[in-house]
Amino acid sequence: MEYRLGIDVGGTNTDAVLVNEMMELVASIKVPTTKDVSTGIFEALHQVLAKSNVDRKKIKYAMLGTTHATNAIVERKRLCKTAIIRIGRPATEAIAPLVAWPKDLVKAVGNHYYLIAGGNEFDGREISPLDEDELRKIAQEIKGKVESVAVVSVFSPVSSKHELRAKEILQEVLGEIPISLSHEIGSIGLIERENATVLNAALVEVARTTANGFKEALEREGVTDAKVFLCQNDGTLMSIDYAMRYPILTIACGPTNSIRGAAFLSNLENAMVLDVGGTTSDIGIISQGFPRESSIAVEIGGVRTNFRMPDLISIGLGGGTIIREENGEVKVGPDSVGYRITQEALVFGGKTITATDIAVRLGLAEVGDKEKVKELPIEFAERAYAKMQEMIDEAIDKIKTSKEPQPLVLVGGGSIIVGEKISGVSQVIRPQNFGVANALGAAIAQVSGEVDRIYSLSEMTREEALKDAKQQATNEAIKAGANPESVNIVYVEDIPLAYLPGNAVRIRVKAAGDLI
Amino acid sequence: MAKIDVQMVEDIAVGAALLGTGGGGDPYVGKLMAIQALQKNGPVELMEVDEVPDDALVVPAAMMGAPTVLVEKIPSGKEIFKAFDSLQNYLGKEIFAVIPIEAGGLNSMIPITVAAEKKLPLVDVDGMGRAFPELQMVTFHLYGVSATPMVLADEKGNSLLLNTINNFWTENLARNATVVMGGSVMIAIYPMYGRDLKKAGIRNIVSYSAKIGRAIREARKNGDDPIEALLKATGGYTLFKGKISDVQRRTTGGFVRGEAHIDGIDQYKGELMTIDFQNENLIARRNGKVVATVPDLICTVDAHTALPITTEGLRYGQRVFILGIPCDKKWRSEKGIETVGPRYFGYDVDYVPVEELNKG
Repeated sequence: MEYRLGIDVGGTNTDAVLVNEMMELVASIKVPTTKDVSTGIFEALHQVLAKSNVDRKKIKYAMLGTTHATNAIVERKRLCKTAIIRIGRPATEAIAPLVAWPKDLVKAVGNHYYLIAGGNEFDGREISPLDEDELRKIAQEIKGKVESVAVVSVFSPVSSKHELRAKEILQEVLGEIPISLSHEIGSIGLIERENATVLNAALVEVARTTANGFKEALEREGVTDAKVFLCQNDGTLMSIDYAMRYPILTIACGPTNSIRGAAFLSNLENAMVLDVGGTTSDIGIISQGFPRESSIAVEIGGVRTNFRMPDLISIGLGGGTIIREENGEVKVGPDSVGYRITQEALVFGGKTITATDIAVRLGLAEVGDKEKVKELPIEFAERAYAKMQEMIDEAIDKIKTSKEPQPLVLVGGGSIIVGEKISGVSQVIRPQNFGVANALGAAIAQVSGEVDRIYSLSEMTREEALKDAKQQATNEAIKAGANPESVNIVYVEDIPLAYLPGNAVRIRVKAAGDLI
Repeated sequence: MAKIDVQMVEDIAVGAALLGTGGGGDPYVGKLMAIQALQKNGPVELMEVDEVPDDALVVPAAMMGAPTVLVEKIPSGKEIFKAFDSLQNYLGKEIFAVIPIEAGGLNSMIPITVAAEKKLPLVDVDGMGRAFPELQMVTFHLYGVSATPMVLADEKGNSLLLNTINNFWTENLARNATVVMGGSVMIAIYPMYGRDLKKAGIRNIVSYSAKIGRAIREARKNGDDPIEALLKATGGYTLFKGKISDVQRRTTGGFVRGEAHIDGIDQYKGELMTIDFQNENLIARRNGKVVATVPDLICTVDAHTALPITTEGLRYGQRVFILGIPCDKKWRSEKGIETVGPRYFGYDVDYVPVEELNKG
């Protein structure tokens, strides 16, 4: 028997699971997430291995979904000094790189930016030829001063030539420095794509230390024969090499692990997933087996970006949400007792009324001591519950794309506070092992590759463009560690571009396959 | 004379996006440019129309083309000055002040940038009082002002001076030139004298935009109902409150046409609204009956925040509030309705003022 290990770092807990090759759960554990994140990961790893007692040489895959990258950006720590090279002059001079960034984050990545001639029009024509001499001069200038480079060229999602050529020239002078190219990171919207690319470049070192730390910890525990992967935010995995090229794609992999885990546990390819934690809940969508992606700009650490992120709605309602009465009105949150729920909630002998107490009082859940909530007026509990229900109903409705009722999968430790009847939901599913859906999502994940770019149909037919995109996505999946035999196209979307005259079409394709 | 500072720019961006009636593009890039220009040059003077001398030359500054291109190919920042300077040279007369051509997300911001950099006043006026997609759709056109001579300029340094026989030719030639020049250009257009502006312009539109943005911002800050504040600031009509139940879009000839379906909530429970749009919102129907049409303003805002939602940003499940605001009376003339009424956009609907459709 071979085994897979999955670890997921959450805001409150770090979960670890071990599954066998039939994808059956062998052991699971929850430990508190630590401030440095890594200590909690090592502890979870240690405990789940001790608990399962399997032959450690038989663990063939180890997956980690972690918040290291997000934390590094939020704390402005461990970020690489990064040079930003924007190719687009004379266009784009009106807004300098990093202009809307928080000052402390600018300081953390250094304020090295250059604008040079080059870039493309929406239909692929050159704005100006790439200024290669200038690029060589810049390379000499930044040599030894930066650890990472971000290259962004105007309309590179249409034509990536200038970015690719810039990389060649930079490597001639700088050797093996990490270089992030914007067309591989984000989509149309220069400022947002540039921001995402700079963050990616700044995270390279974080990805390296995280991955190495995990590998060393595995070896210390005697897990020496496992292939190691990091989770990315589309619910799939990436190899360590790939993760070091695209570390930004690890951001928000927690919710996507939950969504994948929920899909796996419920056997549903299309459903809504509600993951209830202690303080907040996330609602996402599983669409054809993968988490649905958001198409709008997302702020990270105070910076507007447009790289791929899961489509999520978060609401301030969890198991520990505080319920109170103010001026005759019932108030739900927004504050929560969080991880202190086991001391502070009424049912656990505490003094604070929480969402969990309301659910227990109404007989919807059985946790703690229900005698302790007997004094809570039933009418008050009903009003609070109606409010909670309203919040869930509205969020569910917001994430849907059509009127059709859909099934809802409930996961997460706090999900006992959710009732059976929700508007627009055909069926509420509470799978077994719902508490560790996220770590399971990590353990069972596949690897994927994706392409999102604009094709000009003046040079090729729509079919040729789709074929090219599918091939590129497949190649990406293989690069990320998928078995070439098993790669399938799982998602195709093509949208003609609004406001753009001519025949431009945006094509997004995702391919996924099993681990090699 | 009022001054436009950074806070006022933020307010104008929100107010103008509302008056953009779903169109006009995302003001984000324009706002960054305007704020950068103000930080460098100090606040901009906002001048009343009546303060402009009759024989002073005023020129609208705007972006033309696809907002999607502009957010990717950010301007060099010099093209609009090239357009202004070329036009000024051609006319052989100093430009006295800058004016906005429309109240829309992006084009509310460009003229502020120009005024700041050129150290010229911005006149509190525009040619639409809202947003429209074509060059001849301005009140200046109704009063016989010619769009040309106009100058289009791109970031590469190309500029083009147009002299045309009428404003429809201007639209057609300029639109095609825009594509060749890269999909997004800056324009100096409809040069006119103070005396024409006083007749043909829509007054106080910049301060009106700022007032709307400020009302929403302050209500949200003070915990008051921002929708109430918005109604009070605009004097508009409540057309509907509901939840978006379906959005259909199709791209035809570079424009996004479509319909939004909205299921009523609260006092509108059980009722249905549909909105037809072509970049901007054009026709609103409640239970099949027309309750507002272009050129009156049909504005969609988030029911919680009162912040405007563009037609591109409409999504299933959003709670929205629909507001109808009477357009400027210049649009209600025969020529106005011919230029921008429902029939111009291809709808077999007669224009009836929003206040008549919603009285009692």
